[in-house]
Amino acid sequence: MIDTRSNPSTVVDTNGPPLVELEDVRKIYQMGTTQVHALAGVSFTFDEGDFLAIMGPSGSGKSTMLNLLGCLDRPTSGRYRLQGVDVGLLDDNALSDLRLRRLGFIFQSFNLIPQLTVQENIELPLYYLGWEAHESAERARELAELVGLGDRVQHRPMELSGGQQQRVAIARSLSNDPAILMADEPTGNLDSATGLQIMELLVSLNREGKTIVMVTHEPDIARFATHRMHMIDGIIDRIEQSEGSEATEGGA
Amino acid sequence: MMQHLRVVRSFRLGVKNLMLHPLRSLLTMLGLLFGVGSVIAMLAVGEGASEEALEQIRKLGSRNIILDSVKPAQEEQDTTQQQRVNIYGLLYDDERRINESYPSVVRTVPVKTIRKDGRLGERQKELRIVGTTPDWFRLVRRPLIVGRVITWQDSEEHSAVCLLTEKGARTLLATEHTVGEPIRVGSEVYEVIGIVRSEEGSAGSQTPDLDEDAYIPLSTVRERYGDQDMQRSAGSFQREQVELHHILVEVDRDTRVERTASAIERMLEIFHKKKDYRVRVPLALLKQTEATKRTFNIVLGSIAGISLLVGGIGIMNIMLASVTERTREIGIRRAIGAKQAQIISQFLVETVVLSSVGGLIGIGFGMAVPSVIEYYAGMRTIITGWSILLSLGISVSVGIVFGLYPAYRASRLDPIVALRHE
Repeated sequence: MIDTRSNPSTVVDTNGPPLVELEDVRKIYQMGTTQVHALAGVSFTFDEGDFLAIMGPSGSGKSTMLNLLGCLDRPTSGRYRLQGVDVGLLDDNALSDLRLRRLGFIFQSFNLIPQLTVQENIELPLYYLGWEAHESAERARELAELVGLGDRVQHRPMELSGGQQQRVAIARSLSNDPAILMADEPTGNLDSATGLQIMELLVSLNREGKTIVMVTHEPDIARFATHRMHMIDGIIDRIEQSEGSEATEGGA
Repeated sequence: MMQHLRVVRSFRLGVKNLMLHPLRSLLTMLGLLFGVGSVIAMLAVGEGASEEALEQIRKLGSRNIILDSVKPAQEEQDTTQQQRVNIYGLLYDDERRINESYPSVVRTVPVKTIRKDGRLGERQKELRIVGTTPDWFRLVRRPLIVGRVITWQDSEEHSAVCLLTEKGARTLLATEHTVGEPIRVGSEVYEVIGIVRSEEGSAGSQTPDLDEDAYIPLSTVRERYGDQDMQRSAGSFQREQVELHHILVEVDRDTRVERTASAIERMLEIFHKKKDYRVRVPLALLKQTEATKRTFNIVLGSIAGISLLVGGIGIMNIMLASVTERTREIGIRRAIGAKQAQIISQFLVETVVLSSVGGLIGIGFGMAVPSVIEYYAGMRTIITGWSILLSLGISVSVGIVFGLYPAYRASRLDPIVALRHE
């Protein structure tokens, strides 16, 4: 469950550290002479099995939040722990390793590698994990089956529709069995019907226990999440929870 | 096993990416292709020249100096209409003086040659009669097939004996059984005492022996034919008097050959008014060859160096363009968890594949060039295995050297920025 109290250590904790734990995290960019506070001090935690939608207008810091949570970036100050690992202390190599083993990514523009087949795209994380070719091929086919593209594994991304490409991307993000799935506007490039199908797929993954963090600015899409975090000007405005819709104040 | 597969897979990926732009890849390879081709050609020509020189020296003897009689050029005009004796060439005294004057000279061999028809039974063939001493066979070492060589006793006794060379003997149908039989040379008769092996196809080469020689003691030749010879030239007969056609000189050590040769030349200048002789030093061939080789190496080496540099820069340029084009892909790979080192190795492998394929084509090209050189320049060329290995090594090195920077650039891209790249 999400907790945004300023002191997360007070959380009663029976199963070890929470999955994600942010403590007064700030991200400051130097733009010429001015400093931009993309994240102006955010604290919250969430646990396995949550489906968190990060919402907010552009410039609110939601993309920065996702990059940070996705270990693509490190906080300027504050502390971010992922499964107890202090991400801010890691070097580029260790950060890459963390992404490789614990995270999966889905992007607005699908971001498949055009010269690789569907199967090879799905296999990509396994390649970097050092899996044997036949094992990773088998897993890729299973995942393609799971997202309903079992008959398209030898196609190139360009031969598929947008919805199909996003399904391939989802299959790829699942191949390393990540602790968290990071989705950056996953329906942004899709028509609403296809977008709904993708959301249904994500929801079903979440029901099966996959933790998902999704950035979106569409309330219709955010509706599918179990928790919605509203961000404004680099801080968390509020977090809503679907069931019982109990709202909490954003910590700053 | 796993590592092996990873290498294979990354090479496959490299080939795949290059095949996305086949023409661009081919054009990029051109510089390297010519560079590697030049390297192969250069080494083949150099190797051929060395081999040729060594073979010559082996035939001529590295410690030998060869003196030839040469008919002076201006003399011919004076004697066209006149029936007079044309006297030139090396003298018996020259041989004696060389033998006696230099401590470094081990032995000298006087050689007198006359062209005569040889007749054995029914068969007839023009032979080169070589009047010489037994020392000839110590300087011009050729295996004896049958019989014996000329001895000092033959020399002293002016024996009418004759030693045939293999090819001459075969033309005359001489066999092992011919030894002991008489052979008719001109109007004289000799006993065949043996057959020696001769150098194959030595017509154009500079060896002292030919494969149509018949060796007879010098004393016998002098006694029977004298020093004058009738030569038919431009319709008129011309009488020539040449005492010795060649003198072979053996020096005790390789290092003294050239000094002795120039000393002999200086002495001959004193005793000969005209330049009616020539001094040849087989060992000098090696120097000449080295010089030729050096020229070729400089020319082809420069071409190779420039081509390799330009080729390498071309490859680097294309790889930098490729990195920019594929920024998004790099971002995706980094987001998924590829480490910087893995991005570097991906692009390095790709560059090395590019340069190696270029190198392989270049090797094919380079192996074709020497045969063209051989055909038009008449130079011998030898393509050695190690020159091919070297070329492959150069190709791979060029790929690594010029691929390093683009690969490094690719690895340093910020994944967040790279993912947003259009």
